[in-house]
Amino acid sequence: MSSTNGNLLEIRELRTYFEMEGETVKAVDGISFQLKRGETLGIVGESGSGKSVTNLSIIRLIPRPPGRIVSGEIIFDGQDLLSLPESEVRKIRGRRIAMIFQDPMTSLNPFMKISRQLMEMTQLHLGYSANQAYEHAIKMLETVGIPDARARVDDYPHEFSGGMRQRVMIAMALSCQPELLIADEPTTALDVTIQAQILELIKQLKQDSGTSVILITHDLGVVAGMTDHLLVMYAGKVFEQASTSELFASPGNPYTKGLLRSVPDPLDEKQELYQIPGLPPDVAHLPPGCPFASRCERAEQICLEEYPPFVELTADHHSLCHFAGEVYAES
Amino acid sequence: MNDEKRDPSVNSDRSGSGLSSPGTKPGSPLKRPDPDSIHIGPEVAIGEADVRTAEAAEVRGTSLWQDAWKRLLRNKLAVFGLIVVAIVTMTSAAGPRVIKALTGYTPELIPTHDQRLMKSLPPFTGPDGEFSWTHPMGTDNAGRDQLARVLQGGQISLLVGIIATFVSLIIGVSYGAVAGYLGGRTDNFMMRLVDVLYSLPYVIVVIVLLSMFRSQTPFGQLVLLFIAIGSVSWLTMARIVRGQVLSLKNQEFVLAARATGVSTPRIIFRHIVPNTLGPVVVYATLTIPQIMLTEAFLSFLGFGAQAPLSSWGSLTSDGIQNIAIYPWQLIFPGVTMALTLFSLNFLGDGLRDALDPQMRKV
Repeated sequence: MSSTNGNLLEIRELRTYFEMEGETVKAVDGISFQLKRGETLGIVGESGSGKSVTNLSIIRLIPRPPGRIVSGEIIFDGQDLLSLPESEVRKIRGRRIAMIFQDPMTSLNPFMKISRQLMEMTQLHLGYSANQAYEHAIKMLETVGIPDARARVDDYPHEFSGGMRQRVMIAMALSCQPELLIADEPTTALDVTIQAQILELIKQLKQDSGTSVILITHDLGVVAGMTDHLLVMYAGKVFEQASTSELFASPGNPYTKGLLRSVPDPLDEKQELYQIPGLPPDVAHLPPGCPFASRCERAEQICLEEYPPFVELTADHHSLCHFAGEVYAES
Repeated sequence: MNDEKRDPSVNSDRSGSGLSSPGTKPGSPLKRPDPDSIHIGPEVAIGEADVRTAEAAEVRGTSLWQDAWKRLLRNKLAVFGLIVVAIVTMTSAAGPRVIKALTGYTPELIPTHDQRLMKSLPPFTGPDGEFSWTHPMGTDNAGRDQLARVLQGGQISLLVGIIATFVSLIIGVSYGAVAGYLGGRTDNFMMRLVDVLYSLPYVIVVIVLLSMFRSQTPFGQLVLLFIAIGSVSWLTMARIVRGQVLSLKNQEFVLAARATGVSTPRIIFRHIVPNTLGPVVVYATLTIPQIMLTEAFLSFLGFGAQAPLSSWGSLTSDGIQNIAIYPWQLIFPGVTMALTLFSLNFLGDGLRDALDPQMRKV
């Protein structure tokens, strides 16, 4: 790949704003990150921190109006997706970048047979004939572990359980062998046993096909065993960025620390669950200083007044905080 | 396999594992010291769990349409409507031919071989005043068999109703779906156009259309009627579909379809429009009687079917001129038409209740 130096996806200073009743909501505000081929990137953050908007921006599916990608570059395999015409982006969607959504109950069309929904992908992108596409659909269902796939391929979505529907979604997403799979909270709507199965499935399919994965979640437990790199988002900004093991071992940001502390420990029954005080800020009215300052335990005057720098802790570990170095040293 | 003991019911299994997991711990989400824990060999566990759900699916398996059909059959008026509509449709379709085979009369045949037949005969009466099965509904002024004419009128009336509804269905659904999906300024412009058309008195529009393009042949006149009625009756359909699409387009499956690279027209017509089918079917069945009534009204005014073709409207129009002397000329087509329209309305109401059970409770 020409100028991509091994990066499948590179995002530079992405800003996606929404115009709501005369106010500008900065849902994603200056995000940059890279993803190498075959790697898994986790994006964690609270609701409304801009995780999903980032990923909808990647495949240019921000509803407009009110949304708008204001600036930035999204370089996928050497091409800036933001400068491509819509028809070219459409060829990439599903073919090279596929998405899995949060709620498998609503992300399948209730009026279309599973077979037709699966066939649509390959007929559209790979030019398969109806027969080829049908056989491929069955093969994909088998791959994602749906028993008796041939008999079930002509069922409607309501005849499947939630976990199986998510499997169907994964089958759909992977049926054109995409280079990048974006999973937007793929397990949030499922119960815990099924969650583990689905994650295991994604992990295994990823290994088999070498697909890069972006896994969006607000569950740190999900991310821990799955990802190579982590991105912690807050109020539309990247707060911390590091390899997964590094971030869990020595976080360099008070917010990340707070997140890690608020995960319950099943071995310690008496411990009271920690909780970060307050609520995420309104991204339409951000204070001039650090957006987390009002909730931060170690905030000082400077945090309220000055926007924090993006500190490089190690070559592969960055944190948005005035005291990044100290927090990192402490942990 | 520890799967065995969780087998009795899927429900208890769910609540059990739900309670026993106060969240997952970073670093070891799959290795909690829980005896009820998830899987070591994922393939086997997955397989068994899903076979269970597959069996459950086979047991319930009633589709939306089967369900709706059951609810429809419970509604007596709707069943009555369905039966009457079926009878009227079948007799209209086959009736004139059967009559021709039995008595030799066609709707157009004016008997010239027997001068006594040239006057209007009462029902069940022969030329000499004796009881006869030849004309169960009597004859009209020219001696044509009234039953044959009513049945043929039924053909035309039903045809106008169905074809014009179909025309309005196609225009209305496409227009409404496109407006609703594109949204924004396009939607605004398209729907204001509908508002403007709505505000025109549409019977007058149809009359103007019909008299501007008056056709020489009776059949041409009928085609004009289809187009004229169809082209003004799609407005409500467009509004209904637009409303449906507005609520559907923000659902996740539409986003999912867009994320797989499906083009906009395909999303509208393959993914969204089928989902609006329920309300559309209901509204369409209620449109048929409405259009038939319009057709009757226009024919009554002389804009519809021209003799020798007849429709229920033109038959009542003829009949009303002789109402004092030959009342059967009005009564038979009138009653048939009223009965059919009632039945279609009952059927439409029944369909609405059957397809949309939530709406009934409101």
